[in-house]
Amino acid sequence: MFASISSNSPLSWVPATPLHVQDLGVVVQAGFPSPAEDIGAKRVDLTAQLVKHPQATFLIRARGDSMRDAGIFDGDVLVVDKAVPAKNGHVVIAVVDGEFVCKTLQLRAGRIKLKAANPSYPDIVPRDGQVVEVWGVVTASIKTMPV
Amino acid sequence: MLALLDINNAYVSMERVFRPSLNGLPVVVLSNNDGCAVARSDEAKALGVKMGQPFFQFRHLEEDAGLVALSANFGLYGDMSDRFMSLAAGLGPEQEVYSIDETFISLAGVRGDLVSRSRTVRARVLQWLGLPCSVGIGPTKTLAKFANHVAKSAERKPGSYSAEYAQVCHLGRLSPAALDALLIATPVGDIWGVGPRIGEQLRASGITNASQLAKLDANTIRLNWSVVLERTVRELQGTPCISFEDEPVPRQQIASTRSFGSPVTDLAPLIQAVTEFATRASEKLRRQQSHAGRVMVFVRTSPFRKRDAQYSGQMVVPLRRPCSDTNSIVAAALTGLRAVYKPGFNLMKAGVMLVDLQPEEVKQLELGLEDDEPLRDRARLMQALDVVNDRFGKGTLRVGSGKPRRAAPEKWETKLERRTPAYTTEWQALPVARC
Repeated sequence: MFASISSNSPLSWVPATPLHVQDLGVVVQAGFPSPAEDIGAKRVDLTAQLVKHPQATFLIRARGDSMRDAGIFDGDVLVVDKAVPAKNGHVVIAVVDGEFVCKTLQLRAGRIKLKAANPSYPDIVPRDGQVVEVWGVVTASIKTMPV
Repeated sequence: MLALLDINNAYVSMERVFRPSLNGLPVVVLSNNDGCAVARSDEAKALGVKMGQPFFQFRHLEEDAGLVALSANFGLYGDMSDRFMSLAAGLGPEQEVYSIDETFISLAGVRGDLVSRSRTVRARVLQWLGLPCSVGIGPTKTLAKFANHVAKSAERKPGSYSAEYAQVCHLGRLSPAALDALLIATPVGDIWGVGPRIGEQLRASGITNASQLAKLDANTIRLNWSVVLERTVRELQGTPCISFEDEPVPRQQIASTRSFGSPVTDLAPLIQAVTEFATRASEKLRRQQSHAGRVMVFVRTSPFRKRDAQYSGQMVVPLRRPCSDTNSIVAAALTGLRAVYKPGFNLMKAGVMLVDLQPEEVKQLELGLEDDEPLRDRARLMQALDVVNDRFGKGTLRVGSGKPRRAAPEKWETKLERRTPAYTTEWQALPVARC
């Protein structure tokens, strides 16, 4: 019993004497098909995880250790998202006297305070007339290890 | 309806994002080699610095008025521009990137209140990027541009236009009388497409404001002035004449020219400089998928150096066959350079310009009458060159007459003493926050 295979009629019975078929005209992949094929999984994209708003995201290097207890060390690279509205408790990049400063934002009764995460550093409380502006919200800190 | 979005004082605003200490100070950005002002903050404008004014004329303001003059940081501006364009695109279905800081958005089919939609996009650009921009909406490009001018002036020059048009100005919302009032308040020279010379001629014939221009008969304008001005008038009257280009139009000529950091008299550094310019121009040519037919090269002294003997030489060298091959283009440019070079002059500027451009798919067949090397297609070699240089940095692969990659700066190279770091395009140059 042999099956004749053509492109448009897949299988039909041929009631005939044994026949030797040399070329079926189809290609069969050897080996097992990859069971992962149907899952369609994509390798984790680090940038996509760390950057939610690509146009609004900037990288800033941390200098100093006043944010040590928040896990930010000298030389770390901070991922800063300007699209995220700053809220109480966020680690932010603020502009103080024209310079970038990284601190924890404290908003209480409409008053702003920039708190250090290291007891040996003072908090920044704006003096009268001093404008402190939040530039962006720190959403991640990248620390590279020496290898 | 069309919108024109435009970043206010673009280069200065982009610098201020990363150097907030510049806020409130008079700031100018200077062209290559710190030659002249290409962007000014409002404070610098108030000090009287003019667009394109040579730096030496207002340099004293650094001491007298605390002016901050920066060298152009085009790496930074290019990145911020990309971010801006991407946010601006959210306003409507089609976009034409008109320049590094301006973009037209087609609003065809956009529903809802265009003004509040524009305000949302404007606010997003301000918060996400820290860049202030203005939006003008009108039925033609010229009117959108005019509306943008109104939006910008109403915000920053009190008294120029009513404050209700500040930041976002939508001409389609105005009554004919209100639109005419805006046009009357606008000097004719402020209209897009009216250059200084035409403006002068118009004023001489009694046409001083944009309303008068818009009321002229377009056919008469064509006969008495030019087709270009006729187009401007029709656009002011509301008839679109300038098409919307959502694909960049390939340029008709490509130039790479530069003023030198300090004078050059010898041929050897000129060869290096011209090689560099020809290489840059070839890269631009390949990026727009064109071939060049001829290469123009020039050198000249500076008219500002009045005590120097003056010389200016240029030559056009035809290419053996149209191509975008760096080697052939550099060779042609150097042939031209050797022909125009004269010793004994303090040369201050040189450049290479590629002309007779055509799409690269146009191929002219030729008879094999000559006995030279067979026609070899080096397109793949050039592609490989571009890929390597893109990945490993400019000049990783270059022609031999160019400057070695890590050699000390040469006299002809741009002075960048006043340039801020490449804050967003180099890992080593990220801005720093004090912790």
